[in-house]
Amino acid sequence: MRHLMNPLDFSAAELDELFDLAKSISEDPEKYSRVCKGKILATCFYEPSTRTRLSFESAMLRLGGEVLGFSEASSSSAAKGESVSDTIRVISCYADICAMRHPKEGAPMVAASRSGIPVINAGDGGHQHPTQTLTDLMTIRTLRGSLNNFTIGLCGDLKFGRTVHSLIEALMRYTGIRFIFISPPELKIPDYITDELNAKGIEYEEVIRLEDSIGDLDILYMTRVQRERFFNEEDYVRLKDFYVLTNEKLQLAKENMMVLHPLPRVNEISVEVDDDPRAVYFKQAQYGVYVRMALIMTLLGLEVQNA
Amino acid sequence: MLNIGQIEEGFVLDHIQAGKSMSIYKHLGLDKNEDTVAIIKNARSNKMGRKDILKVECDINTLDLDVLAYIDHNITVNVVKDGEIVDKKELVLPKEIKNVIKCHNPRCITSIEQGLPHIFVLADEKNEVYRCKYCEEKYAPKDGSDI
Repeated sequence: MRHLMNPLDFSAAELDELFDLAKSISEDPEKYSRVCKGKILATCFYEPSTRTRLSFESAMLRLGGEVLGFSEASSSSAAKGESVSDTIRVISCYADICAMRHPKEGAPMVAASRSGIPVINAGDGGHQHPTQTLTDLMTIRTLRGSLNNFTIGLCGDLKFGRTVHSLIEALMRYTGIRFIFISPPELKIPDYITDELNAKGIEYEEVIRLEDSIGDLDILYMTRVQRERFFNEEDYVRLKDFYVLTNEKLQLAKENMMVLHPLPRVNEISVEVDDDPRAVYFKQAQYGVYVRMALIMTLLGLEVQNA
Repeated sequence: MLNIGQIEEGFVLDHIQAGKSMSIYKHLGLDKNEDTVAIIKNARSNKMGRKDILKVECDINTLDLDVLAYIDHNITVNVVKDGEIVDKKELVLPKEIKNVIKCHNPRCITSIEQGLPHIFVLADEKNEVYRCKYCEEKYAPKDGSDI
């Protein structure tokens, strides 16, 4: 039985198949609308994450399946002290596949080791969030036509942002990719990632100001810079505007650059940018549903002929 | 110089870093069986200045070399049979270690899930880095605890 714990669990060739399927679903959703009839997805969310949970539920409902689950630990038996191992054994009797979000890192892996059904890691603490990475890759692949040969700028909190770390690790498997890390020194990319890039001979650059590099980028991946990450207020006030994308900064960018963001956005992208065709973050949320639909079908071993 | 009698069958673990012998004694589970054990601490050594030595009289098939290799792969393991050294074992870093060290990451599932084994996987052989199988946090020993 196959699970998804980490975006690297799937080989590049397997990801290509998954993205082809997601693309096919996006082109003709009706064709896939009954493929999961009679199947149940359990969304076991031990911490609230409305967006991810609804994306999974939407994916299953659009495949003709049904959903059940809980959206916070207090409304589950975890509040009574039940272990993850016990919960998943029980859930395995109720559902055909499970998406699990848990504040403890590695919890979905423990669940997978005891589960009778496929388990998808829907985010475990600050560790992994593989379906966000699949969504990011799917968006780039669909809108650029390929996952090779581009310059990507990752901007904002590169120290604590798990979506950024997972995306970089996933992109290291493709060729001709150049990374530009745009962050304040306090939030720079961790050494273990730059060590890995150095070891693999992958080109990267670290800069502080977005304006200094935006003109070189094919893709700009924005993340939020949070006030609480700074040691003092003065540094935060000095640096925060460097990482806010405005129409003025966007004028320096290429005509075909794409702006991605894992969402939710707070103020790091001005709302005026939303109308620019280069802003693709809402399309990204749509691709997130298609890629989760493809993932559910793949892990359940379903093909459209079964519909 | 302190003299300890020779053993008939078992192991002599030599070149243990001074002060580590009690930890090895514990992790090999020697406190839980009735084997005869001699622990020599702070013995003089030309190579190391000071070293510890452990002599264990036991069945030679019972020693967990993986645990030993994790603790210190520079330890010399002499296998003794009929009072003679018959073999010297080379220690290699184990790919995986189970229930020897504990994950200190408070966000790791091992901090709350009962009965879950603490498993560490060798992530970087050159720098001897182990990472928790569940949360992938690098193992960093806390002062005075673990090994």
